[in-house]
Amino acid sequence: MTAMQKLYLLVPLAPLAGAIIAGLFGKAIGRRATHTVTILGMVVCLIASFLVYRDVMGGNIFNGPVYTWLVSGNIRFEIGFLIDPLSATMMMVVSFVSLMVHIYTIGYMADDPGYQRFFSYISLFTFSMLMLVMSNNFLQLFFGWEAVGLVSYLLIGFWYTRPTAIYANLKAFLVNRVGDFGFLLGIALVLMYFGTLDYAAVFAGAGRLAGNSIELFPGVSWSLMTVICILLFIGAMGKSAQFPLHVWLPDSMEGPTPISALIHAATMVTAGIFMVARMSPLFELSETALSFVLVIGAITAFFMALIATVQYDIKRVVAYSTLSQLGYMTMALGASAYSAAIFHLFTHAFFKAVLFLGAGSVIIAMHHQQDMRKMGGLAKYMPITYMTVLIGALANAGLPPFAGFFSKETIVEALHHATVPGAGFAYALAVAGVFVGGFYSFRLVFYAFHGKERFADAHHPDVKAADAEAKAAAHQDDHAHDDHAHGHDHHAPHESPAVVWVPLVLLAIPSVCAGWLIGSFVYGNYFGSSITVHPSHTAMATLAQAFHGVIGMMTHALGTLPFWLAVAGAGTAWFLYILRPELPAKLRHRWGVVVTILMEKYGLDRFNDWFFAGGARALGTGLWKGGDIAVIDNVMVNGSARLVGWFASVVRQLQSGYIYHYAFAMIIGVLLLLTLAYSG
Amino acid sequence: MMHELPLLSLAIWAPIIAGVAVLFTGGDRSAQAARVIALIGAVIGFLVTIPLYTGFDAQAGGFQFVHRVPWIESFNVWYHLGIDGISLLLILLNSLTTVLVVIAGWQVIQQRVAQYMAAFLVLSGLMNGVFSALDAMLFYVFFEATLIPMFIIIGVWGGPRRVYAAMKFFLYTLLGSLLSLVALIYLYNAAGGSFAFADFYQVPLPLVIQVIVFIAFFMAFAVKVPMWPVHTWLPDAHVEAPTGGSVVLAAIMLKLGGYGFLRLSLPIVPDASLYLAPVVIGLSLIAVVYIGLVALVQTDMKKLIAYSSISHMGFVTLGIFIFNAQGVEGAVIQMISHGFISGAMFLCVGVLYDRMHTRQIADYGGVANRMPVFAAFFMLFAMANAGLPGTSGFVGEFLVILGAMKVNFWYAFAAAITLIFGAAYTLWMYKRVMFGAVANDHVAELQDINARECLVLGVLAVLVLAMGVWPQPFAEVLHVSVNELLAHVSLSKLPVQ
Repeated sequence: MTAMQKLYLLVPLAPLAGAIIAGLFGKAIGRRATHTVTILGMVVCLIASFLVYRDVMGGNIFNGPVYTWLVSGNIRFEIGFLIDPLSATMMMVVSFVSLMVHIYTIGYMADDPGYQRFFSYISLFTFSMLMLVMSNNFLQLFFGWEAVGLVSYLLIGFWYTRPTAIYANLKAFLVNRVGDFGFLLGIALVLMYFGTLDYAAVFAGAGRLAGNSIELFPGVSWSLMTVICILLFIGAMGKSAQFPLHVWLPDSMEGPTPISALIHAATMVTAGIFMVARMSPLFELSETALSFVLVIGAITAFFMALIATVQYDIKRVVAYSTLSQLGYMTMALGASAYSAAIFHLFTHAFFKAVLFLGAGSVIIAMHHQQDMRKMGGLAKYMPITYMTVLIGALANAGLPPFAGFFSKETIVEALHHATVPGAGFAYALAVAGVFVGGFYSFRLVFYAFHGKERFADAHHPDVKAADAEAKAAAHQDDHAHDDHAHGHDHHAPHESPAVVWVPLVLLAIPSVCAGWLIGSFVYGNYFGSSITVHPSHTAMATLAQAFHGVIGMMTHALGTLPFWLAVAGAGTAWFLYILRPELPAKLRHRWGVVVTILMEKYGLDRFNDWFFAGGARALGTGLWKGGDIAVIDNVMVNGSARLVGWFASVVRQLQSGYIYHYAFAMIIGVLLLLTLAYSG
Repeated sequence: MMHELPLLSLAIWAPIIAGVAVLFTGGDRSAQAARVIALIGAVIGFLVTIPLYTGFDAQAGGFQFVHRVPWIESFNVWYHLGIDGISLLLILLNSLTTVLVVIAGWQVIQQRVAQYMAAFLVLSGLMNGVFSALDAMLFYVFFEATLIPMFIIIGVWGGPRRVYAAMKFFLYTLLGSLLSLVALIYLYNAAGGSFAFADFYQVPLPLVIQVIVFIAFFMAFAVKVPMWPVHTWLPDAHVEAPTGGSVVLAAIMLKLGGYGFLRLSLPIVPDASLYLAPVVIGLSLIAVVYIGLVALVQTDMKKLIAYSSISHMGFVTLGIFIFNAQGVEGAVIQMISHGFISGAMFLCVGVLYDRMHTRQIADYGGVANRMPVFAAFFMLFAMANAGLPGTSGFVGEFLVILGAMKVNFWYAFAAAITLIFGAAYTLWMYKRVMFGAVANDHVAELQDINARECLVLGVLAVLVLAMGVWPQPFAEVLHVSVNELLAHVSLSKLPVQ
């Protein structure tokens, strides 16, 4: 094993070791030792990731096995690593954001009795995510895929006494399982046709099988690649929360805030995006699958952004914003703009982590109040948090020169040039979504940090919420308040401690300038062989020709629609929440139906509860009472009920309780039968 | 292969002799002696199986550790033992489970301790007999004899409806297996007066006869697995059985059915097996989907796990009857894994039952607040039951789904539904029992697991994780055996016209 290979192993194993120590011995070694050990593990992981990254960018790509998991028939299932620019980039993002979140957690979870357990979980999560991105085969990908689902389940339900939390985590796991169901079938199809689960071998053979078709229903023939890609993408829809499997993500806000930043913004939800980019050699062979990806992404990007505009819970605004941004990434994948999708994933990881951790900082200051109606005017009390959140919002809205601008702008432009069916639809929604994105980002900033200070009333339950909008969203109330441990006192809010704001600042820096890497990241040959684009998909090539540096891109944007729409969105937020703060309530009243539809999240949750959860229970009860008990037991089994009764009455007399009686009867029975068979 | 010690005979008779010895300790006044002797017997029974694994030649075909002496010479019945990779794993699982069950019953059982321990030891020996018998009559005797101790375990140490449940269990399985005896006697004649499996494997049989023999075997084994629709004895038996009984029933006894298919049905009547495979596959998929839904709505934890067992065993029969390497190896691995996981799940319910004396999900809530260590174990086993990768529960199901895909997309589709249902019923139960605020005063008084319980669950936890992370040591002993079996099935035994 070379030194580099040892480093590869060190990257996932350092967090794993931290997780095991914190999980098994956390109580014994205490809080301080627990966070020291896990953070040390993360520092080692980040340094190793950085060394690996530098090595890979120097041209040293690695693809090899670690150990043989199982051999079945003539198929070898291996655990192994593929270290190329794509995975190395993901490793950097995951380990960096995770380290920041580890540090931040010291402050955020300081009073929580489950401190050690929490550190164990987040380190375990980091391990799972790293195994996922470093994998060189579908099996390990699926391992990591499900493992992040598990840790997400544990973390959403971290406060396991809260009914909403344990509802949300079960929901998240099950919805993800629906995606995994498709994903697993896709993997099984890959194995069947390629005879291996190794990426390199599968990608090499993809062209050969591109013309194959498969008959799932007699007489209906589909392209094999389309079926495989759509099944795999169903997995991505679960993990990356794409419509209609997005429903778990907003509820996952029940988990502690550091988790929202780590899992539900920067890493786990990006697994689906990463996976599709990784599978680009397969997706490029199916226009239908790309078109499907594109349309799903477009629906998610626009319609989820709309929901963000009516939320009051600060974390939920950010959560819906994540859904929308994931939609943009998915659209980029559908338009074959894989590098743009990963670039947006990269920039988004920073600014979304900033927004979540900033929201968390606000939540700490507000004594675990998450309702923006009870905030306002926080900017002067928490200047650092305010500045970082503002940077996050600017990036999220896609305004230059912040990171989000470059990636989002590239995606919108790529959609403009894309030729896959559905590209026009996606482009229209993407452009419209830019306005909505500008609006909700700044609605958050203005609502929470500017305007009237509304938090004075927050701690008096007898005083009616000052905001007239309260009624409109009454059912949303008390939905997601982190209400543990903290006493409610009445001091003015103040800036969070250094362990909280230092990670914020460290994440805010790349939120400003990560976008400036676009030249090499998207238009250079950054990803090399890790991403494949079919020659007929020319959108990115066209953009590359038009690209004239970072400054050029910004000046060009000043003359385009998306830029002005983002500005208009921000301006509208300013108008509604600073200039005319009485207007939103009126608008809500006037547009009651629309607001209700958005507050109800298009009714999907209700439908799922009624149709899937209720339906499964009704069906289960029917099969149990009707099938098992009524038909099988009462008719078939106890249809000889009298026989059983009779038999029981006879045997009851024989039931002496002595083993040798039974044994004796048994042997006599055997001999009798033998005799019968022989005499006959 | 020659060995100094007749290891297989030891694996069978050591526990049985220990069981008899335990009986001689007498009444409950000497209960502690009974426990100690039982533990020693169970540990010896397990230790003698370890050389079977270390001495097993994974590359060699056929049966190993063969031991053959005449038994009933007038009928040409032989005491003929031998194992292949499939039986090896099941014997190891059985012997280990016996040790765990003895430890688990240490304090819980206070009445008729000697008889309780003896029943499990005898049962363990008998089941090792089933897994190593190479003579059909010997097989049948062991197979049927296992009913007696289990019948007693349920009937004596069971819950309030134990007599009904024991009776149902006994009748179902006995009636099921009677037909198979007739089939064995027919085969004895057809093979020219031999009960040797090896001779049965060579007998040419016309398809009609094969189908009849297949159905006769099927009755015996399908009831044991149990397959839909002959499964309704299992939930009752589990609910009434004491914890140890449930563990052995789920972990080992159900495997007699799967093992029977592999050892008898497939090689003896291969053409009928292929001919009727779609029916068996259909029933297996019904088990996975239908039973998964039924499990979802159960209110009794043991019943829920019993139904979950049936659903998981559906993967065993599915894997066997898709006739490819992934399917059959997946089926065997699923049997072993299910032994660990269902055993562990029943032990977990036992831990709660011993404290609360109720199995109703509604009587619980917030147990994790009081029993954090237990909650961690239970979580691991629940996730394994839901087939999470990294646990043993994933390996078998994954392989069977891959194998099923090769045969038919929709087989794989229906089987993969377990990904959703398995998670739904297991985690929903976990949520209602373990999560939430402390539900009532009884829960508030709960004590976390003690060292003894921790040991039993810990051993299973290590096995579940080890098999999930690195299943190769379990799988490598299977390859040659499975390949030989599949090769055999692919050769028609129809008589040449």
